[in-house]
Amino acid sequence: MRIELVKRPERSQLFAAFSPFIALGLTLIAGAIMFTVLGKDPVEALYYYFIDPLREVWSLHELAVKAAPLILIAVGLSICFLSNNWNIGAEGQFIMGAIAGSILPVMFPEFQSWIVLPLMLLMGIAGGAAYGAIPAYLKVRFNTNEILTSLMLVYVAQLFLDWMVRGPWRNPEGMNFPETRTFSPSAVLPEIWSASGRANWGFVFAIVAAVALWFMLSRTLRGFEVQVLGQSPRAGKFAGFSQSRMVFFAFLVAGGLAGLAGISEVSGAIGQLRPTISPGYGFAAIIVAFLGRLNPLGIIAAGLVLALSYLGGEAAQISIGVSDKVVRAFQGMLLFFVLACDTLILYRVRFVGSSAAKTVEATQNV
Amino acid sequence: MFEGILITIATAATPLLIASVGELVVERSGVLNLGVEGMMVMGAVTGFGVALATGSPWLGVLAAIIVGALFSLLFGFLTLTLVTNQVATGLALTLLGLGLSGMLGESFVGQPGVKMDYIYIPVLTDLPLVGKLFFGQDPLFYVSLLLTAGVAYFLFRTRAGLTLRSIGDNHTSAHALGINVIGIRYLAVMFGGACAGLAGAYLSLVYTPQWIENMTAGRGWIALALVVFASWRPWRVLAGAYLFGAVSIGQLHAQALGIGVPSQLLSSLPYLATIVVLVLISRNRRLTMVNTPASLGRPFVPDR
Repeated sequence: MRIELVKRPERSQLFAAFSPFIALGLTLIAGAIMFTVLGKDPVEALYYYFIDPLREVWSLHELAVKAAPLILIAVGLSICFLSNNWNIGAEGQFIMGAIAGSILPVMFPEFQSWIVLPLMLLMGIAGGAAYGAIPAYLKVRFNTNEILTSLMLVYVAQLFLDWMVRGPWRNPEGMNFPETRTFSPSAVLPEIWSASGRANWGFVFAIVAAVALWFMLSRTLRGFEVQVLGQSPRAGKFAGFSQSRMVFFAFLVAGGLAGLAGISEVSGAIGQLRPTISPGYGFAAIIVAFLGRLNPLGIIAAGLVLALSYLGGEAAQISIGVSDKVVRAFQGMLLFFVLACDTLILYRVRFVGSSAAKTVEATQNV
Repeated sequence: MFEGILITIATAATPLLIASVGELVVERSGVLNLGVEGMMVMGAVTGFGVALATGSPWLGVLAAIIVGALFSLLFGFLTLTLVTNQVATGLALTLLGLGLSGMLGESFVGQPGVKMDYIYIPVLTDLPLVGKLFFGQDPLFYVSLLLTAGVAYFLFRTRAGLTLRSIGDNHTSAHALGINVIGIRYLAVMFGGACAGLAGAYLSLVYTPQWIENMTAGRGWIALALVVFASWRPWRVLAGAYLFGAVSIGQLHAQALGIGVPSQLLSSLPYLATIVVLVLISRNRRLTMVNTPASLGRPFVPDR
């Protein structure tokens, strides 16, 4: 038996809408099998992963805390991926945004005013965007593969952060722990509704960014340019669109949003810099972007799903003793299923036995 | 002392070389598999676990090769049969590999591993200056050199190698000539996976005989960069791998000497070197254009 693809005459709207759901369903099935192999009751395990975290209000707040960076990064990445710029270094841009944004509260802790927070956010955006500009510049100027350069810069950023918090920025009163001083209240991103939970303004930024980019992509010339240059660089050239400017645009937007996510996370959720400030948000956001079908509004939903998997991982570890490492395996599987299901949008899949294949070929040759 | 440094350089270069040569064959067939890091880390965890369970590093190596090849089949099925985007699918393979290996290897953390013995040939190994370097290293070091020579011979001196390169340069014409494009690509992808698995096993059985989560630390990505650096030629991959081995060992020695530069900044040198090297090699657009397999990363659906 073999599998044959038959191109559809046009994109299937049905599968374009449903493929992420099919992928989620398949991931759940695969997950259930995995838990059975691990010797856990699959129903119970999936319950702790995907239902339990949704049952209480504080836990919904945690969901927003985790979803905010994922959505912010992923909507930026969607611009990159749509325009054929493979930025996979968002994790590094996130870290550099966090570092740049922390300059004020770490180096000038006495400076306390209402303006501190807006300045921090701006510096975070600038830091992330500047770090994103490196692979963009190298791609435009030297034709260097942006996949590899942006990824290498992630390792550099991680090591740089490690050095900063152990070296120059280590908290003088911190008993030699590798962390910066805790931010003063004026440098902390406020909670949206602190009576019921921890969710901070980062989530609002994420929603605003997603809606703004959705508008840009679907209603403006710049959005059209992104799509044209992504799908057919040649057509874009004839239309007078500049490929190199698009490279910079995509990387600056993605880097800036990743930087905003970084400073929001540090200022809102952590309150100081530590050697590790992200459980791999920059990479999980790649999955979010594809699960949301590179549509900023879809990405909001996808970000919540991935955030739920992080929370569920913690819940499952506490209640049924499943390792929190399982989450990342889950997320990896999800991306596989998403990509596989996207095939159904453009192709019809046909299973043919070897004898049947010959008949088909014979009829086609007539 | 000098010999010792050369040997450690070879030890740092060998996993890069093995993974890179495998990926080179994959890319020569026109497929870009960005999942090297994921396949490598799967090889590392498998090799470690099997060697620990059986006590035999060789069984660990064998298992790592098999798992690497099987894991790459996942990528092959998606990109070749379902024609998904190769860049995204390769990334997915890396993310899945890092996640799965972390899960599988959880009970291995902190356990002393099994180390592969070095070769010892009486007389030859005891030769002064070069004895240990040429005749006293771990067996996989010699495997890596044979592999490079074998791939160089296969690609440029055999008919099958020519067929594989023709697919990478123009899959439509190759298909029209009656060549089974997808079948050969499957084999190439599996070869790349097997090599990445072997390279991973080298890390957990020779380089540092223990299991640490994410122990590949970007080596899979550096291996990918090496293929570009080598402009898709096996012997240049060898040169590149040893250059990188020298950079990473050099920074380790600099850290040990305590030259006053923070260790984290020295540790980032191999990654920065990768970027510099990529810039130097890709700024010459004509050179890259000539050498890059023309169908690299392009989807192929046979018309029937």
